[in-house]
Amino acid sequence: MIGLTQVYVLAGLVFAGFAVMSLRDPANPRRWRNALFWGLFALSFLAGDHLGDLGNGLLVLAMAVTAALGLGRSGTGAEDAGARAASARAHGLRLFLPALLVPVIVLAGSLGVRHGGPVAAALVDPKQATLVSLSLAALVVAALTVRLFRQPVLSPLTEGLRLADTVGWMALLPQTLAALGAVFALAGVGAVVGETVTRVFSMDTRLAAVAVYCLGMAGFTVLMGNAFAAFPVMTAGVALPILVKVYGGDPAAICAIGMLSGFCGTLLTPLAANFNLAPAALLDLDDRYAVIRAQAPTAFILLLVNTVLMHVLAFPAHP
Amino acid sequence: MGSMLVLLGVLLVVAGFAVGLNPLLVVLASALATGLAAGLSPVEVLAAFGKAFNENRYVSAAWLILPVIGVLERSGLQEAARSLIGRLRGVTFARLMLAYLFFRQATAALGLTSIAGQTQTIRPIIAPMAEAARASETGVEAMDSSEAQKVRAFAAGTDNIGLFFGEDIFLAIGSILLMVGFLEQNGITVEPLHLSVWAIPTAIAAFIVHGCRILVFGRRRPRP
Repeated sequence: MIGLTQVYVLAGLVFAGFAVMSLRDPANPRRWRNALFWGLFALSFLAGDHLGDLGNGLLVLAMAVTAALGLGRSGTGAEDAGARAASARAHGLRLFLPALLVPVIVLAGSLGVRHGGPVAAALVDPKQATLVSLSLAALVVAALTVRLFRQPVLSPLTEGLRLADTVGWMALLPQTLAALGAVFALAGVGAVVGETVTRVFSMDTRLAAVAVYCLGMAGFTVLMGNAFAAFPVMTAGVALPILVKVYGGDPAAICAIGMLSGFCGTLLTPLAANFNLAPAALLDLDDRYAVIRAQAPTAFILLLVNTVLMHVLAFPAHP
Repeated sequence: MGSMLVLLGVLLVVAGFAVGLNPLLVVLASALATGLAAGLSPVEVLAAFGKAFNENRYVSAAWLILPVIGVLERSGLQEAARSLIGRLRGVTFARLMLAYLFFRQATAALGLTSIAGQTQTIRPIIAPMAEAARASETGVEAMDSSEAQKVRAFAAGTDNIGLFFGEDIFLAIGSILLMVGFLEQNGITVEPLHLSVWAIPTAIAAFIVHGCRILVFGRRRPRP
C-alpha cells in the first residue's frame, strides 16, 4: 500500500538531490553548509525511523546550528531572466497547463481514493490520499514540464534548490514548531495557561464569558501557534462549564465560532510558520512579518465579528 | 497540576521572536526550558523533541512541490502570468484578489484545500499577476521594491484568509473532526453538519471584511 513511507522516501531523495546540487554549485560560497543542511533533511526522511529518539533530537540540533551559522543561496537560475521571458513568449498560455494539472491530479487522486472502493483503498492509504496525490503530481508534472518546454533533465532539482534556498532554514521551522507543541503538551503547558485565563478574568455576564472564550482562543492560539492546541483547553475551561452549562448556549455554535476565533489568532502569530513566515521567505520579502502585517487588520475585525456572532447566535433560548 | 514554571518556555518563544533571534534556536531553547521545568533531564528533552520531530515529518513533506514549481518558473510561468494580466484589460488588482479570495474560500468549503496554496499558486501565478495589475493601474512600470513586496504579502495573506474561513464549512476537515471528538468525550453528541453550518456566518463576514480591504488597497496611491 502506498502511504507516508513512500512519500518520505521521495521527499528524502529530493532533499538528497538538493544536497548534491548544492555541492556542485560554485557560485554559492556557503555550499558546504547548504549541502549539510539539505543532506540532514534527506537523512531525516530516509532514515528517521531508524535513528532513535535521541538520534533524531541530535539531528534537529545539528540542522538548527548549521542554519544559525548562516546558509547561502544557490547561484543558478538567477541570470536567465531573458531566457525565461523568451520561453514565456514562445509557449504563452500553454505554460499554465502543467500548473493546472497539479491541482487536477491532487483532486482526482484524493477523490479517487476516497470513493474508489476497496481496490483504491488497498492501493493507497486513504488517510494519506492527499499527500500521496500531491507527491504523484509533483513527480508527473515535473517530468511533463521538462519534456514539454525542453528543459534540462536536472532542472527540477536545480530550480527546486533555487526555491528551497530562497526559503532557507525557514523550511525547517514549521516541523520544529510542531515538535515544540508536542513538548508543550507533554509538560502540560496548555492546562496551566487555561487555568490562568479562567482564574484571572471574571465571567459574571454572558458577554464577558463570550469575550473571554473568543479572545482567549485567539490569544492562546497566538502563544501556541495552533488553534487545535488551544481548543480543548479553552473549551473545557470556559465554553462547556460556563457558556453551555451556566448560560445555556448551543455547543455546536459555540465550538464552531470559537475555533474560527482561534483561526484569527493563527493569522497573527509567527508560530504558525508554515502559513505566515515561510510564505514571506518564499516571496522574498525583507520583512519576516510582512504577511502577518497584511493579515492583521482582517484578523482583528473578524475576531470582533466572531465575538458578536457568538453572543447573538449561540444562545437561542435566551436571545 | 503543572506549575507556572512550565510557562517559561512560552515566554522564551515570545521574547525570542520579538527580539528577532533565529527562530530555530529559540524553539530548541524553549523546548529545553519547558522540559526542564517539567522535570525532564536535558537528554530526555532532546529525545522527546526528536521523537515529535520525526513524527511530524509530513509537515515538511509539502516541500516536495518545489522542483515542479521551480522548473515551471524556469520555463517562464511568472512572466506568462504577468503578460496575461497585461492582455486582460478588465482585470484590476482588486478584481483579481476578490476572485481569488472567493475561489479559495469556495474550494476550501468543498474540502479542496490542497488544490491551491502559497507555493503552488501564490508565488508562481497570483503574486506576479497582482504585481502586474497594480503596476499598470498605478502607471508605474517598474514598481519600487517596497510597494511590490506589499502587494506580494497582501496576496499571501489573502490565500491564508480564504483558506481558513472556507475550510470549516467542509464536514470532514480536521478541525471539525477534532471538535466532534472532543465534544463526544465530554458527553455531547454533535453532528459535523451542525458545526459546519456555524462556520458560514464567519465565512461571509470574512469575504466582506477582507473584500473591503482589497478594495481599499486597490485604490491606495503608492507614495511617489
